[in-house]
Order: sequence, then C-alpha cells, then structure tokens
Amino acid sequence: MAYATIVGIEVVYAIATLILVSLGLAIIFGMMRVINLAHGEFLVMGGYAATIAVHHGVNVWIAILIVPPIAVGLIGLVVERAVIRFLYGRMVETMLASWGLSLLIVGLLTTIFGSSTEGVPMPLSGFTIGAYQASGYNVFVIAFSLLTLGAVYVLLRFTRLGLLARGTMQNAAMAAALGVDTTKVYAVTFALGAALAGLAGGVLAPVAGIVPTSGGSYIGQAFITVLGGGAAALTGVTSAALLFGSVGQAATFATNPVFGSVALLLAAVVLIRILPNGITGRYFKGWL
Amino acid sequence: MKLSRRSLMKSGAAAALTAALPMPFVKSVAAADEIVMASLYDLSGAFQEVGKQMNDTLTLAVEDINASGGLIGKKIKVVTYDLQSNLQVSAQYAQQAALRDKVAVVHGGISSASREVMRPILDKYKTLYFYDTPYEGGVCDRNTFCVSTTPSQTVAKLISHACKTWGKKGYILAADYNYGQITSDWVKKFAHDEGGEILGTEFFPFDVTNFGSTLAKIQAAAPDWVVTVLVGGTPLAFYRQFAAAGLNKKIHVCSTTFGSGNEQAVLTSSESDGIVVCYNYMETIDNAQNADFLKRFHKRFGDNYPPLSELPMSSYQGVQMWAAAVRKAGSADRMKVIQALEGGISLEMPSGKFAMDGITHHCTMDVHLAEYKDKVPKIIETFAQQPPSDTAAVCNLTKNPNDNQQYVIKVN
Repeated sequence: MAYATIVGIEVVYAIATLILVSLGLAIIFGMMRVINLAHGEFLVMGGYAATIAVHHGVNVWIAILIVPPIAVGLIGLVVERAVIRFLYGRMVETMLASWGLSLLIVGLLTTIFGSSTEGVPMPLSGFTIGAYQASGYNVFVIAFSLLTLGAVYVLLRFTRLGLLARGTMQNAAMAAALGVDTTKVYAVTFALGAALAGLAGGVLAPVAGIVPTSGGSYIGQAFITVLGGGAAALTGVTSAALLFGSVGQAATFATNPVFGSVALLLAAVVLIRILPNGITGRYFKGWL
Repeated sequence: MKLSRRSLMKSGAAAALTAALPMPFVKSVAAADEIVMASLYDLSGAFQEVGKQMNDTLTLAVEDINASGGLIGKKIKVVTYDLQSNLQVSAQYAQQAALRDKVAVVHGGISSASREVMRPILDKYKTLYFYDTPYEGGVCDRNTFCVSTTPSQTVAKLISHACKTWGKKGYILAADYNYGQITSDWVKKFAHDEGGEILGTEFFPFDVTNFGSTLAKIQAAAPDWVVTVLVGGTPLAFYRQFAAAGLNKKIHVCSTTFGSGNEQAVLTSSESDGIVVCYNYMETIDNAQNADFLKRFHKRFGDNYPPLSELPMSSYQGVQMWAAAVRKAGSADRMKVIQALEGGISLEMPSGKFAMDGITHHCTMDVHLAEYKDKVPKIIETFAQQPPSDTAAVCNLTKNPNDNQQYVIKVN
C-alpha cells in the first residue's frame, strides 16, 4: 500500500513537471506559433538565476519562485524586441533564429559559469509513508504546478490582458482595427511565456543539476507535450502531460529509466499517428 | 538573395578561411633542441572542466621539467589541441599531432570512446600514446600506456569495504554506456567475491534528472548500500534527491565517480557526508611529494582552484613517467622509450609510489579509500601498491608484443 502511494506520487510528479516545463512553450509555440528552440535555455537561465540569488543570500523560496520568472521574463522581452518580432507568421525562420539564440545562450552561460554543475539546496525535507521515505519537495512541485496552471488559465480566460492576447493571436489585423496595440500584446505575451519557462527552471533547480547544456533534456519533452496536446494551449498541455507522464513513469517502474524514455517517445509517435493535430485537434475542441 | 558566381566564390573563400581558423597556428618542425609533446584533452564541451584540469597539471609537469634543465638537454614543447568532447575532432587532431607536428608522445583522450578513436590512429603512425584517465581496463597495445586506475585497483576495494562494513546487499546505479555497464559487471563480481549480492541494477540515459522512481525501487529492495557509477551532470540530482527523501540516513552510498566533477562543492555537507570513494589520488593524501606538488600547483594556477581529483593527477604522473623513461633511454625515440618503460620504472609521486608494469603497460600504485566529511574526502585506509590485475589476467605484451586490442574481461 505504502509502495503504491509512493508510485502514485511519482507518476503525478512526472505529469506535473511535464506541465510545468511545457507551459511557457504552450504560450510561445501553441498560441503565438513561434517555434522557440531556445525554450530549454530559458529554463536553464531560470535555474542559473535561482543559483545566483541563493549565492547572494536571497531566501531560497524567493530565489526559486520570484527571481527566475522576473529575470527570464525580462530577457524574453529583450529577445522579442530584438529578434522575434520580425518573424511572426514565419515559422521556419523563427525556428532558425531561436536555434541560433539557443546556441548563443549556451555559449554565453558556459563563458560566464563554466560547465561544472550548479545547484540550489533542497528547501524541504522528506516525510515517511509506511516504511518508505518520500520527498516533500516533489509534493510541493505537484501542488505548485497545478497552481501555476490554474493561474495562467485565470489570466488568459478572465482578465482583459488574456482576452487581448487571445484575440490578437487569433486575428491580429482585426484586433488592431479594434484599437488594440498588437505590438505590445505580442511583446507581453512572449515575455509571459519566457517568464513561465524561467519559473519552471527555478522550481526544478533544487532537484536537477544545472549545466549550460541541460536545456537539451527539457526541450524534447516540452515540444512533444505541446505538439501532442494540439491547438488548445492549456487543455492540450494538460491532457498530453497526463498521457505521456503516466506512460513514461509506468514503464520506468515496470522496467528501467531507459525504457521509460522509450515508452514516452513511443506513446508520442503513436498519438501523432492517430491524432495528427494532437489531442485537442479532436477532443476538447474550442477549449483554452 | 541573388547568387552570382563571384559572390559564391567569395563566400566559398570566406568559408574556407573560417574553417581553417580554429586550427592552432603551429609550425610542424621541432627545433633540434626541442622534444614536442601533444596535449589532446577536451577543453570545451561535456568534459571541459576536467579537461582543463588535466591540461593544467600536464602544463605544470612540463614547466617543472623545463625549469630544471629540460630532458636529456632539450626543452619540451607542448602542442595543445582541444578535442571539444567530439570524437570526429579527436580523430582529426590525433592525426595532425602525429603527421604534421610529428610529436614524440601524445597525452590525452578522456572518454574511453575517444581513446578507442585515437589509439588505432597513433598506432598506425607509430606515435607513442599515454592515456591518463581511470577506465574499465583491458587495453593491450604495445604503443599505448594506461597510467591511471582500472576496476581491480579501486572498485574492488570500494565494494569490499561496502560488503564488510555495511552489509551484503548492494544496489547499482550506472550511466548507460560502456564505462557504466562494464564497471557495474565488475561491481557484481566483487560483491559476489565478498559473499554479497546485488539486489538491482539500473542504467540511466545521460539526461535523466528525476530519480523518484529509482528511489522508490531502492527502498522496495532495501539494500545496505548503493553504488553510483554515474557521470555528467545527473549524479548531482541523484545525491540531492536521495538526501531530500531522507534515505542517506538509512542507506550507505559509495561511488566510482563522486568528486571528479567537484560535486561536493555544490552539494551541502549534509547531502554529501558519508559518501565513500576509492581513488589513486585525492588532495588529502599526506606525504611530502603531495604537499610540495599542491604548493607548486596553486602558485602556478591560483589558490581558488577546485580540488584536484585522480584524473588531473594521472596526467601529471603520466608526464613524469614518460619523462623518466626518456631520461632512462637517453632518447625520445619511440621504441627506446617503450623499452625503457617495459624495463620497469618506479617513481615517488604525490599519490605515493607509482610504478610501470611492463607486461601490461599499466601502472601499479597506491589506492586510498576515503569518506566525505564536510565536503572533504577523509582517508580511511590506504592499500599500497595495487597491481592492474584485471588487465594482467588477459594481457601479456612481453609474450605477445604484437597484441593490439581492448579485451572485454570476462567477469563471471
């Protein structure tokens, strides 16, 4: 029984981290149609932001939850103004530009921090279930991911900013004709996506070692989740994370982590074969 | 963009120029009063940190030799290439070092994969090769000298310690490539030799950062100890999650790799306390050579240098071993140096007595078992003069000088 609970927590944790890692990309790629290959590096920069803050004596919770989204959000704003704004509607070009950006960021991070592993101390201790020890921080990550998902939903669904953002992404010309400053909306939405990526990097900083190249381990998962989810950004990410997270973890428990990764990829291939437009291409149509 | 023949030629010429740029500007001809040595480590990419350290200790060794009058009356000149943690580049630079720079000896290659790329090239062009990294053992090649440790020297002591002091039940976590797989076979053998058993083995792809399922499986198996054969950035996540779940209070941890990536500097001491390792070298070794070495090293490279591990020390000792052979032979000529090394050379080094085993081209040396406490490896026990018995079981270059392969040593 205790073992089943532990397994349950791990499966939910896998789903929650998939959601957290993919949320920023769901906005930048799912809504704005910008293929951001630097998404992984945005996460890594979030991790480094948290590390720097901790080294400067900032409270660890502020360092992982507040500093990274602000820092990476601002970087996102600069990137949007400098590069991305010229490329809206040109998906292949966004891919090339953000790939270049990703290489640049990895290079800069390596120059500044070197390639030795950095990290942030774990702020929560473990707890006991029966004869088993579980990580308290994993439970926090689960709760926090759901909270973030809820907050982004409320922001996009019920606020004026969310309405403007959705309207602009759907039909920029019409929104502009109605007096919306679409340039600003694009910039703010991109920065929001970047901030969410930074937040994910910050939240995962205590569990994962950070090196300049560790973006590579997130980018694949994030794209698979967003693509598997399909058109509706939030519903898509959530449903795809549910599917991939549980398949991947179930396989990991049944066999080993290598087959876990394989099973996750296999599930993605099968899903895209059956539902080429992702889960929300057929189900939950019109959801956010 | 319009492409005319002229603009195409221009961009072609520019491309050719940039392609040529990264190559170091070195003239191939060695002056008559110089012996040229190649340093081929990964100075960028995944192995960047350790590659830089290895190149630094090599530099120190060479500068010391040159400052004290050089080798057989000649100065050593080092040609440095960056292998970029890339196998294709390794092949290319090994070839350049052999053919263009005509070096007397190559030191380098960090991963076993890059060694196996460079070794046949250096064989082919008859260029002496020193491999300075701890590895899985079994290389048998008259042109190659492996001067760091193999599993029978270190892993055997580690696992025997685990079985004797912690209990008979172990669990292996290993990186999913040849080093991790071969080493975990050794762990199983050594555990069986001590009457222990391995309850489970898990291999990890390099990019795994979530060890949650593994922690649950470890607890379900309830071993006395866990051994990690992990490399790269992922181990940090494991030690951290293991400690966060409170498991480090219940289950002991030993490792074949901990510390060589300076992991203890990032982990808190409560996360790393109690981890046991076994290496030929760690900075806490107490002898006159080591104290002197550390003084010189920090004077040359600064006091804030991260603690040196077995890998950079192997580079230092490798250069000293080669230099001793050149002195003994009175020449840097490849065959004469090989014969001098095969005749046996013994040196007092920072890690203790360090001797070449002519039959296997590996080294006999001291190994030290240590436990981390407050981020420092405290030495528990020293095992003097451990021979490379794994490779010795399959390799005899005195009897078969033409043997040239890496044996996969049958473990069971």
